[in-house]
Amino acid sequence: MKEHILLRHRDIPDLHRLEVYQKHGGFETFRRAVTTLKPEEVLNEVKASGLRGRGGAGFPTGVKWSFLPNNLWPHYVVANADESEPGTFKDREILESNPYQFLEGLMLASYAVQANLSYVYLRGEFWQIARHLDACIAELEAAGLLGEHLFGTDYSLRIYTHLGAGAYICGEETALLESLEGKLGQPRLRPPFPAVYGLFGKPTVINNVETLANVPPIVERGASWYRTYGTEKSPGVKIFCLSGCVNHPGNYELPLGTTFRELIFEYGGGVPAGRKVKAIMAAGASSSLIAADENALDTPMDYESVQEKLGAPLGSASVIVIDDSVNIAWLVSKTIEFFKHESCGKCTPCREGTFWMNRIAQRIEHGKSAPEDVQLLEAVASQIQNKCLCALGEFSIMAVLSGIQKFRTDFEAKVNG
Amino acid sequence: MNELQREYPEEIERILAKYPPENKRSAVMPLLYLAQRRQGYIPPQAIQEIAQILELSTTEVASVAGFYSLFHEQPEGRWRIQVCTDLPCALRGADEFLKRLCEALGVAVGGTTADGLFTVEEVKCLAACHRAPVFQLQGDGEIKYYESQSIDTVLALVEELRCKAESKKEGA
Ligand SMILES: Cc1cc2nc3c(=O)[nH]c(=O)nc-3n(C[C@H](O)[C@H](O)[C@H](O)COP(=O)(O)O)c2cc1C
Ligand code: SF4
Ligand code: FES
Repeated sequence: MKEHILLRHRDIPDLHRLEVYQKHGGFETFRRAVTTLKPEEVLNEVKASGLRGRGGAGFPTGVKWSFLPNNLWPHYVVANADESEPGTFKDREILESNPYQFLEGLMLASYAVQANLSYVYLRGEFWQIARHLDACIAELEAAGLLGEHLFGTDYSLRIYTHLGAGAYICGEETALLESLEGKLGQPRLRPPFPAVYGLFGKPTVINNVETLANVPPIVERGASWYRTYGTEKSPGVKIFCLSGCVNHPGNYELPLGTTFRELIFEYGGGVPAGRKVKAIMAAGASSSLIAADENALDTPMDYESVQEKLGAPLGSASVIVIDDSVNIAWLVSKTIEFFKHESCGKCTPCREGTFWMNRIAQRIEHGKSAPEDVQLLEAVASQIQNKCLCALGEFSIMAVLSGIQKFRTDFEAKVNG
Repeated sequence: MNELQREYPEEIERILAKYPPENKRSAVMPLLYLAQRRQGYIPPQAIQEIAQILELSTTEVASVAGFYSLFHEQPEGRWRIQVCTDLPCALRGADEFLKRLCEALGVAVGGTTADGLFTVEEVKCLAACHRAPVFQLQGDGEIKYYESQSIDTVLALVEELRCKAESKKEGA
């Protein structure tokens, strides 16, 4: 793309400095919103843009904001900077290099739902980023852009960072809230949903970092401008995280609807010499495995097409490329190991299921198993399905079931030694 | 006032100010980080002190400390070298990197060097998959990223930290 909308720091040097961000129009949108727009005008613009959550579920952002009841106060906004899905590293780039655009998005979201206190929940590993964000927030307070009675109005806003401490499950929004409340990071039963009963039991919006970074340009330039990118149902741009067996792994900001082929070959420089793409994971470790045939490579990466044509969710668009040197039974043992490690232990099917899948997968991987083990693994995975409190349980079996189904010979090669 | 409060009065105040007074339990994780800063792990006494500050039971604080992988309840090396071997990194040679690092330091995964300075650990995705091999360095109350690493760069870092530890000792 000619111009970056989210990764603007790639076009503008030093954009992480407040004066540079402001020189390029930064915080003018926030000022205009607070001084001249009603909260619902901001909300309606975001709704009209069709922006969908970039944390994985793709839920329409403006619609989510509109769920907060106006008879229950206070409201909170929490930015989800937990970014722990294997293969995902986009929020980190925004936070490190374009932090003010993210913060302005969080501030606009807070204004739209009239929250006076908002938090950024960062994974503990982002300790350096949190220190840096704290400094940005202090600068905004000093510049009169955060604090009491902003621009002489009666709107006030404070933002604080909060560090997690190494738990993938805290990216799940209700586990995140528990963690932010000082408890174990374990998901809550729903309903009630966070829009009604969220942080400290109050109505709460939780949005991903990338989602929020989209908000300032949308409010500044308008919904119809935003819709010139992407597809009808998946409008706008997305940061695709490209990793695994490619020549140029990295973040690529592209319109939704870009094909896998363009991302992997045009931007990613293809796979290392002499290799072929064998499989693709579109949503990090939580992906269904996609067999990389011509049809798959030509599939546009938007929320609908990937699901409908390939039966796999696009999720956070963390595209892991797997070449033909990789055995899928090994890959599956890796993803299982991850989910076993990260299961929060609250429900039995996920806790026990990931434990047993791991045992079997390790056995298969190390050539110590009988052919029945592949069926056993499939059976254990099926027993986890639809029985879990949160989506982690479902994520844990995605690669397992699709892997066995589409790459059975890889498993057979291991078990028949 | 307990020891933690005497040592970090301003930090504790700043942490508590982030949350509504009736929700001060939220401060438990920041306070655990604070307690971990000095010795690289959280001794039982600190658990009690945090419980006191937040008016929680020690069991409640201890269970939070036990749930999260960046809180340590046992003393290990002063610095923890935490290498990511998750899937995307493993596709780019992370397992081999970890193996060679362990060999060079003469430890097994999870082990600590004889001088007590370094513990090598294996961790899950650090959101740096495009710059494998990658590790984070946890120690002295900080967590730092080291990306696009080679055995040479990590060993140079180890040497630098060893010198730092040495010069402290001499200065003391
Ligand atoms: C196990 C699990 C892990 C998740 N991890 C993250 C994460 O690291 N970052 C994130 O933004 N959303 C994550 N999510 C999705 C959040 O629950 C939530 O849908 C999202 O933060 C909402 O923001 P959005 O609407 O802006 O996407 C995770 C969900 C699950 C089930
Ligand atoms: S599905 Fe797994 S991670 Fe989710 S609540 Fe149950 S045990 Fe915890
Ligand atoms: S897999 Fe190692 S940083 Fe993501």
